[in-house]
Amino acid sequence: MTIFKRTLTAAAVAAALLPAQAIQAGEVEVLHWWTAGGEARAAAALKEMMEEQGHTWKDFAVAGGGGEAAMTVLKTRAVSGNPPAAAQIKGLDIREWAKLGFLTSLDDVAEANDWNQLVPPVIADVMKYEGEYVAVPVNVHRVNWVWANPDVLEDAGVSVPKTLDEFYQAAEKLKAAGVIPLAHGGQPWQDATVFEAVALAVMGPEEYAKAFVEHDMEVINSALMEEVFTEFAKVMSYVDDNAAGRDWNTATGMVIRGEAAMQIMGDWAKGEFTAAGLTPGEDYICAPAPGTTGQFTFNVDSFAMFSLSDEENAEAQKDLARTILEPEFQTVFNEAKGSIPVRTDMDMSGFDACAQASMDTFKSSADDGGLVPSFAHGLATTSYVQGQIFDVVTNFVNSDDKDPVRATDQLAAAIQAAL
Amino acid sequence: MEHIQRRPVRVARAPSRLLDGLQRWLPKLVVAPTFVLIGVGIYGYMLWTGVLSFTSSSFLPVYDFVGFDQYAKLMTNDRWLTASVNLGIFGGLFILSCLLIGVVLAIFLDQKIRQEGAIRTIYLYPMALSMIVTGTVWKWILNPSLGLEKLMHDWGWTSFSFDWLVNSDMAIYTIVMAAVWQASGFVMALFLAGLRGVDSSIIRAARVDGASLPLIYWKIILPSLRPVFFSAVMVLAHIAIKSFDLVMAMTAGGPGYSTDLPAVFMYAHTFTRGQMGLGSASAMLMLGAILALIVPYLYSELREKRHD
Amino acid sequence: MTDVVRTGFRPSRVAIYGVLLLAALVYMIPLFIMLVTSFKTPMDIRTGNLMALPADWTTIGWTKAWSEACTGVECNGISGYFWNSFKMTVPAVLISTLLGAFNGYVLSKWKFKGSDLFFGMLLFGCFVPFQVVLLPMAATLGQLGLANTTTGLVLVHVIYGVAFTTLFFRNYYVAIPDALIKAARLDGAGFFTIFFRILLPMSTPIFMVSLIWQFTQIWNDFLFGVVFASGDSQPITVALNNLVNTSTGVKEYNVDMAAAMIAALPTLVVYIVAGKYFIRGLTAGSVKG
Repeated sequence: MTIFKRTLTAAAVAAALLPAQAIQAGEVEVLHWWTAGGEARAAAALKEMMEEQGHTWKDFAVAGGGGEAAMTVLKTRAVSGNPPAAAQIKGLDIREWAKLGFLTSLDDVAEANDWNQLVPPVIADVMKYEGEYVAVPVNVHRVNWVWANPDVLEDAGVSVPKTLDEFYQAAEKLKAAGVIPLAHGGQPWQDATVFEAVALAVMGPEEYAKAFVEHDMEVINSALMEEVFTEFAKVMSYVDDNAAGRDWNTATGMVIRGEAAMQIMGDWAKGEFTAAGLTPGEDYICAPAPGTTGQFTFNVDSFAMFSLSDEENAEAQKDLARTILEPEFQTVFNEAKGSIPVRTDMDMSGFDACAQASMDTFKSSADDGGLVPSFAHGLATTSYVQGQIFDVVTNFVNSDDKDPVRATDQLAAAIQAAL
Repeated sequence: MEHIQRRPVRVARAPSRLLDGLQRWLPKLVVAPTFVLIGVGIYGYMLWTGVLSFTSSSFLPVYDFVGFDQYAKLMTNDRWLTASVNLGIFGGLFILSCLLIGVVLAIFLDQKIRQEGAIRTIYLYPMALSMIVTGTVWKWILNPSLGLEKLMHDWGWTSFSFDWLVNSDMAIYTIVMAAVWQASGFVMALFLAGLRGVDSSIIRAARVDGASLPLIYWKIILPSLRPVFFSAVMVLAHIAIKSFDLVMAMTAGGPGYSTDLPAVFMYAHTFTRGQMGLGSASAMLMLGAILALIVPYLYSELREKRHD
Repeated sequence: MTDVVRTGFRPSRVAIYGVLLLAALVYMIPLFIMLVTSFKTPMDIRTGNLMALPADWTTIGWTKAWSEACTGVECNGISGYFWNSFKMTVPAVLISTLLGAFNGYVLSKWKFKGSDLFFGMLLFGCFVPFQVVLLPMAATLGQLGLANTTTGLVLVHVIYGVAFTTLFFRNYYVAIPDALIKAARLDGAGFFTIFFRILLPMSTPIFMVSLIWQFTQIWNDFLFGVVFASGDSQPITVALNNLVNTSTGVKEYNVDMAAAMIAALPTLVVYIVAGKYFIRGLTAGSVKG
């Protein structure tokens, strides 16, 4: 969307709002870690929309590590008695903050804007505490994608693999052709992302949920899990030696430049391809991660709203929540970020082929049980359990002898210790 | 002598009994603010952390009592054990290397070198950089596909390989390298200053006795620099324990968690993983280890000073 | 001391110079890499190697870092944060140095029962990792009404810097003969008179040491800055982190390196310009018991 169009839209939104309510100019301080690229532009769009409504946006950006530094800062701010108005908090952490009494109820905004009708229950549940909305979802990311460079695949005479076995066959041919089969960045969350894609492929959605959502020890400490580790080791054997510490977008760059053939990564990778001026289907391929066709591992970004004492700021906060779930913002934001809107009534015609495919699978998997939360991105477990799983998985990836039996035992012990 | 001097003093003192009393309290008053600040800011908070380590605090503090549970959990935590070992390796190597390099460079620089000022500045400047900058630059230099290894390959030495940064077993040594690069120049400055203050008459006497220069350094000069060693070790140990920024910037604890350090572990568990009880226990263990090492050293050095 | 040792070292002077120059090279190379990279284009960085001079010298990395790079929703570079860092660093440095001077004076010349224990406890406090104190400090600042203010951040830096400044001053004043103080006392001089009239005038070297050390530590601090400052009053280290740790997009190393250099400039200048005062201060007895 050009700046002109966006401003026009924002102005139209503002104009539509003006007669509906008295303008109470408040300030919202927003904590986030979207500091560059498409993400920053998306956040900037939100800021503009808030300013059109007469409010001030106080930016509180803390980059790094997918939010680690930001979470630290948030805790200290909360402890010191002055939290920001909104913070980018995900998954089960929302419940933790609500339990401690920090969050404010958004039910009035939710009722006025029909949120229960628009947001799928499985996601709305994450946003609620004791039945009340305390956070607003911004988007839906699909994590189990594989991104591929079609030219590289063609040169090696392979096509995008649909199952793990096809993946191994393709990888062998790619290796023979002198390309890195799988681009990867050796950071714990990336290791875990590939691990959960393999786990989903090997275990299927039901067993996956039993292990990673319900923490059923029998499923965790089983021969099935050992198989997951075995397959995972095989997949990781097609990653190059210099992967340790590499950032995910550097790995995507390798695929873009043809140094590597594929990357297993969530749909935010699409932003990289778009920024490089490439078109889906022609210059790059998006496909479900091998073995997970029809299944959807979801990751939802959300803003939790903190209880504020200042009335005007609280009003501004409600406006922020409302604006986030409105179609205009949903379109602008998700087009820039590569995810799909969380509203189920959106017109997807403005989105590209990958996003539309994503939305289709989102809706179908919601019906047939293939929609599962991502534990690698904090939607399935508490951050403690998540951290424990990360330790085991990343240690496995970096050890010379990858023993699936020992790893399974470690995983069971680690999760048990965190429950 | 006192007898003779008492007269004038008595005259001066008579009207200011109060002031005299105040003089006795004044020193204590002056250090009182610091006492309060440190008492609360360091010891008070340490106590609080200790209390937390006996609770089941997760996200934010919760004041129940679970005994030694958290400590037991630590003992079986592979990541914690790795971090503890790493602190020993990193701390030991870092301090020893800095001392060695610092002393050698200081001795050499003390030999009436031309352009000593410029060379000294070159050795000293890394200390001016923040550890984040140091970590970022060294991460790049040691990256096999972008840095040193690639450079060697480009220059024709194709069999050169230096992949320590991405090797689980060797990565901790890369952290040592970056930290030594940053701090050894400062140690050099400390020792150079110390060397400049050594009394040359003792040296001359030793030379007259026929002692060789290396022997003089070893037996006379270096031992007399004991206070400098003390200051250097204090500064270096302080940096070693604080090396959170450096690890985060260079490897973020990786590959896997092979370069984890207790400070990083504590931070990750307290803040990122919402496990304040466990994080506090790890912090107490860390402080305990430091206590066991530093306090005897402090005690012996300070006691010496009182006898001077 | 140097005049005594010169004669014996002639033959190995080449060796000495060799070692010194080699060391200088090792120390300089990362700085060279940073500088050289900041003047390259991203394409040049990717295709060339670390040490190569830029194919096309360009200052685009610097201009972007200064005024255009994104540090959040705003993309105004890191220039604005410079002033924030100064506003925070200067008071903290001055206050912690003054406190250290007074403490050092007391601990060396006006010892009382328990003063050595106090000193030991102060020194031990140097080793507390800062992560431990974040939450309780935040709670305390909140209660004092100083949460998220520059004053609060200054207070935090003073608390955690006073141990080192006290160490510097105490070691320095211990080397000053007690007889000087005793004579002054006999003349009727009081606590503060002795300090301001006698010790302070001869303290310039150690003041320089303390100021330089504290300035470097506080300016380069990231943890306290990110936790206790917010939004517009964040120091430059936080802005630098936001700039460098972008989670999307091509990593623009030239901008990153330029930004790192800009953030490091004040401390570098301090060390280069005041470095000799630093050495002078250390030489003047601060390091000897």
